[in-house]
Amino acid sequence: MDLSILWYLIPSVIMFACGVYGFVTRKNMIAILVSLELMLNAADLNFVVFNRFLFPGSMEGMVFTLFAVAIAAAETAIAIAIIINIYRSIGEMNIRLTNKMKN
Amino acid sequence: MGVTLPILILCLPLFMFLLLGLGGVKMTKKCAGVLGILGMGTCMTLSYIVAFTYFFSGDAAFIIDGVRQQFQVFDVTWLAFTERLVVNLGFLLDPISAMMLVVITTISFMVHLYSWGYMEGEPGFQRYYAFLSLFSFSMLGLVVATNIFQMYIFWELVGVSSYLLIGFFYKLPSAVSASKKAFIVTRFADLGFLIGILILSYYTNTFNFVDMTSNPFQVLAQTHGATFMGASVLTWAMVLIFTGGMGKSAMMPLHIWLPDAMEGPTPVSALIHAATMVVAGVYLVARMFPVYCVVEAAMTFISVVGAITAFYAAVVACTQIDIKRVLAFSTISQIAFMMVSLGVARDYAIPGVHYSGLGYMAGMFHLFTHAMFKALLFLGAGALIHAVHSNDYTKMGGLRKYMPVTHWTFLIGCLAIAGIFPFSGFFSKDEMLAAMFSSHWFWGAWMTMVAGLTAFYMFRLYFLIFWWEENPDYAHHKPHDAPWQMSVPLIFLAAVSCVAGFIPFGKLVTWNGAPYTIHIEAPVAATSLTVAVIAILLAAKMYMKKNDIPTKVKNIWPGLWTAAYHRFYWDEIYQFVTHKIIFGIICRSIAWFDRHVIDATMDGFAWITNKVSYSIRGMQSGNVQAYVLWYFLGALAIVCVTWLCLI
Amino acid sequence: MFSNILIWFVIIPVLMMAGLGLCNNKGMNAIRSVMVIGSAILLGLSIWLCVDFLNLRAAGVTDEMLHTGSWMWYAPLNIHLAVGVDGISVLMLLLSSIIVFAGTFASWKIDPLPKNFFLWYCLLSTGVFGFFISIDMFTMFMFYEVALIPMYLLIGFWGTGRKEYSAMKLTLMLMGGSAFLMLGLLGIYWHSAPAGGECTWNILEIAHNNAIDPSWQNMLFCFTFVGFGVLGAMFPFHTWSPDGHACAPTAVSMLHAGVLMKLGGYGCFRIAIYLLPAAANELAWIFIILTGISIVYGAFSACVQTDLKYINAYSSVSHCGMVLFALLMLNQTAMTGGIMQMLSHGLMTALFFALIGMIYGRTHTRDIRQMGGLMRIMPYLGVCYMIAGFASLGLPGLSGFVAEMTIFFGSFQDADTFHRIFVICACSAIVTTAVYILRVVGKLLLGPVQDEHHLQLTDATWWERLATVTLIVCIAGIGCFPNWINEAIQHSFVPIINAIQNSAF
Repeated sequence: MDLSILWYLIPSVIMFACGVYGFVTRKNMIAILVSLELMLNAADLNFVVFNRFLFPGSMEGMVFTLFAVAIAAAETAIAIAIIINIYRSIGEMNIRLTNKMKN
Repeated sequence: MGVTLPILILCLPLFMFLLLGLGGVKMTKKCAGVLGILGMGTCMTLSYIVAFTYFFSGDAAFIIDGVRQQFQVFDVTWLAFTERLVVNLGFLLDPISAMMLVVITTISFMVHLYSWGYMEGEPGFQRYYAFLSLFSFSMLGLVVATNIFQMYIFWELVGVSSYLLIGFFYKLPSAVSASKKAFIVTRFADLGFLIGILILSYYTNTFNFVDMTSNPFQVLAQTHGATFMGASVLTWAMVLIFTGGMGKSAMMPLHIWLPDAMEGPTPVSALIHAATMVVAGVYLVARMFPVYCVVEAAMTFISVVGAITAFYAAVVACTQIDIKRVLAFSTISQIAFMMVSLGVARDYAIPGVHYSGLGYMAGMFHLFTHAMFKALLFLGAGALIHAVHSNDYTKMGGLRKYMPVTHWTFLIGCLAIAGIFPFSGFFSKDEMLAAMFSSHWFWGAWMTMVAGLTAFYMFRLYFLIFWWEENPDYAHHKPHDAPWQMSVPLIFLAAVSCVAGFIPFGKLVTWNGAPYTIHIEAPVAATSLTVAVIAILLAAKMYMKKNDIPTKVKNIWPGLWTAAYHRFYWDEIYQFVTHKIIFGIICRSIAWFDRHVIDATMDGFAWITNKVSYSIRGMQSGNVQAYVLWYFLGALAIVCVTWLCLI
Repeated sequence: MFSNILIWFVIIPVLMMAGLGLCNNKGMNAIRSVMVIGSAILLGLSIWLCVDFLNLRAAGVTDEMLHTGSWMWYAPLNIHLAVGVDGISVLMLLLSSIIVFAGTFASWKIDPLPKNFFLWYCLLSTGVFGFFISIDMFTMFMFYEVALIPMYLLIGFWGTGRKEYSAMKLTLMLMGGSAFLMLGLLGIYWHSAPAGGECTWNILEIAHNNAIDPSWQNMLFCFTFVGFGVLGAMFPFHTWSPDGHACAPTAVSMLHAGVLMKLGGYGCFRIAIYLLPAAANELAWIFIILTGISIVYGAFSACVQTDLKYINAYSSVSHCGMVLFALLMLNQTAMTGGIMQMLSHGLMTALFFALIGMIYGRTHTRDIRQMGGLMRIMPYLGVCYMIAGFASLGLPGLSGFVAEMTIFFGSFQDADTFHRIFVICACSAIVTTAVYILRVVGKLLLGPVQDEHHLQLTDATWWERLATVTLIVCIAGIGCFPNWINEAIQHSFVPIINAIQNSAF
């Protein structure tokens, strides 16, 4: 069976929508980070898919995705480090309550 | 004639104004007074030389085949509006301007001299002389104007000099408000004058008097029959220009400023508000006379305004207590007389009338004689006020024994204004009445009645001041004649009033310069003389000895007397219109509108911006989740819009 | 570049600012000497320029602009620093330098922080001079903004009364005007060249190209005229003026009413009318109505005010309305009258505000109900106030009369009922003006003394006398000998009138 591009894009959209929903509604910072990763991966998926289907001769999309995955990993590491530090200092993971610096 | 003398005539008073105005504070009073009098004396001499040369030298520039010519001594460009519409400043010599030079400088000199005695001891003596010089300069500039715009320039300047002089005693609120009133009322009239000039100059493309008056039908032709609201534009222009004259000459309904102007020093009243400035309106009509003649409606308007004003002012004068007010109303009435006289004159032959331009000559003649005897009366009034320290005739009475010089000169003035032979007023008034009768019997009869009233109220005044009953206050403070500086002008002017009637005026001043021999019109003269004598006898009966006839007469129609005493409530009407309606309603509502609508709208914008900013401030919460939500909604909206557009 | 005399009008104020930078706030004498020397040099320079200009014209030089120069400033947008003067700008430079000079003396005792005050004052002058010498729209606009911004600080810091509110209101309204203006100027720039040509900011080139499409002209005309009209206190955008003037310190009021409001009128004809003549012909009627309202409305409003500065601010609304009104008549005589009115109004309002400042400095009130009989106490200031008043109500021999008459006689040349009615309405302002001027003179100077404490007050000091005499001499000079000014202006209008007439067909 020849899978059309749509079969790849629909899961990507679902992933992305879940990511947005999670990012906006979650209160736990880890959950927000997870949602962010979901959105990022949806975008990565799109890169790969478009590269494969529209420009089969080139590899830029693939390469770019690898970069993105690498950066996402680094970014997650930093984010988790920050979150852990915040948790250590104020004992709280709720994003609504971590606005101490604002005041 | 060279230009030196005319320039000197104009510049000398201006120079005196600057000298006394700027350097006055450094001078002693005596020095300022002497300088002022000498300056004016020189100016008078020069004017006499110029006028004499004009009238009697027989130079071809001034007179050709017995017809006097208009001669522009100089005419320099002052301001060029367009290539053709150019304002010049110049010096026009013709019969009326030469006559006015004599009148103005003579009276001004007499007033300068008189003031030296009258104003002695007043603070601001130097300032007073400076203002007198300014006034003389402006008035001379006005009468020698070569074009209507120059006349307007000096017209405004005399207005300001008058304002400054009426308000000379500026610490008195009454003087301040009188000066303000005089200026604003005449300014209002000048608005009409200005619009008239605008219209006239638009069509004729010139301001020059000689161009306009030498060919009035061309002026008419240049309007191309344009009309506005049913009347031709030329009629509008001439009536509006006359409005300016109505303001300065205190014609109804713009007369209200003149009685109040009596708050000024009395010599000023004699100079400005009796002899010179107030006749500017008459002079204006005379100057534009040929143009007025082609606009019949304007001439009728002038006559009607004059006739109503003359009667009104004469009636009011019969009831006033303040002697200067009586004289002021008498001035209004006499100027109106001149206006009617000009209004009935024509520059073309009228069937059945042997000389249709008689009214013009007579009006000018009366202007001349009136200036002399009215100045005399005012200066006499000044001497009386100086003696008893009041303007009120009830504080006077029986003064003939104490002040013989004042008494005799005042009597001559009264006889002259009443029109008794052989005093000057008789001759000029006779000519005016003859002109009016020859136009229509109604004008003649009406104005004869006014002449009778004139004789009555002047002698009422005379008897109340010099006869009647002595004021008991004289015991404390015995009135006496004025010092020589004040008596000399009185005697001089009285002498002029005695003999001026015999000047062959028709040989000197006529509308077209051609000589005319004055005849005494026997029936007219006899009628007016009889009326005047009867009026004087009546006044003598009522006011010579203290009695109760005046009170009885007053009580026949007390309402009429009160109304006349209050000048038929004109001032109250104006007060109501200006203060209540214009100030109270229009100005206040505009000021309110400005603050509470226009400004509030601007403040409202600021308020709305402020409120909107505050209300959307919450969106900038620092909450990344909210930002992301807005971001996606926005992105979605853009996608939708793009999608909709592409479909 | 420095050989061009016009550039020095900008350099000198900048040098003055540098000089002031070396002074400190305690050294009043140093500050004063910098200011006096600088403003005297500016005055001398502008008089020299004026004489030189008249000589060149008399010698038959017929170029539209003299002393022109142009230096590239920002090539991608073709912005130049382009300078040049015609008769009108020469007179405006003269007016500005006279007022800067008089204003220096009027703020002799400014307190506190005199150095900073004069720094901003010089910056303001830089903007004003720069505006009048520029013939490049962009630099013109830049100098315009340079002149506006210091106002905010000068009023907000050295003002009196509700100064923060007024400064904010003034700045915001004028900035709003600038926004319109910027739109208009950009529009003109993008349409300035015929198809395929390079766009330009230079006024002379734009006028020469005459390439702006009439339908665009209408929109751009509205933008530029309203933009400049706000500064020219056009109804209904005038309300910054009463509040702003009332709160501003003396010298700032003088400079603002005397010169800054003229920037509006100058811009209106130099940019809106000259560059967009077809639109001017078509849309003038709208603005004639607005300015006609300004004239009458300002005069009536002034009649009931009780604060001296408010009276003069409203009177300025009326008189500046007259300027724009005359410019919109689009004929040479009326427009000449408009420029004369700018000069005359500049001088006499500066005199008025100077005198009000001096009186306020003594009595500490500006309410005419609390004063009276000041003529007896301070005769010198009283006489000057009266002269200013007479100039304002149009007494012959002073400048106001000449300007107003030129306007009226010029405007009356437009022979249709609409114009006629508005001219007559405008004429009626001479009566209203007399009413409010005499009301003030009567209450303030004449009559009995209202407040016994005022009897101890003193008359003018020498620096105050110098400031007022300078202005009075100029007012009387214009009033007595108007024709050379009239001619200088009239010739400068020839290209503008040609542009208007060519576009009428």
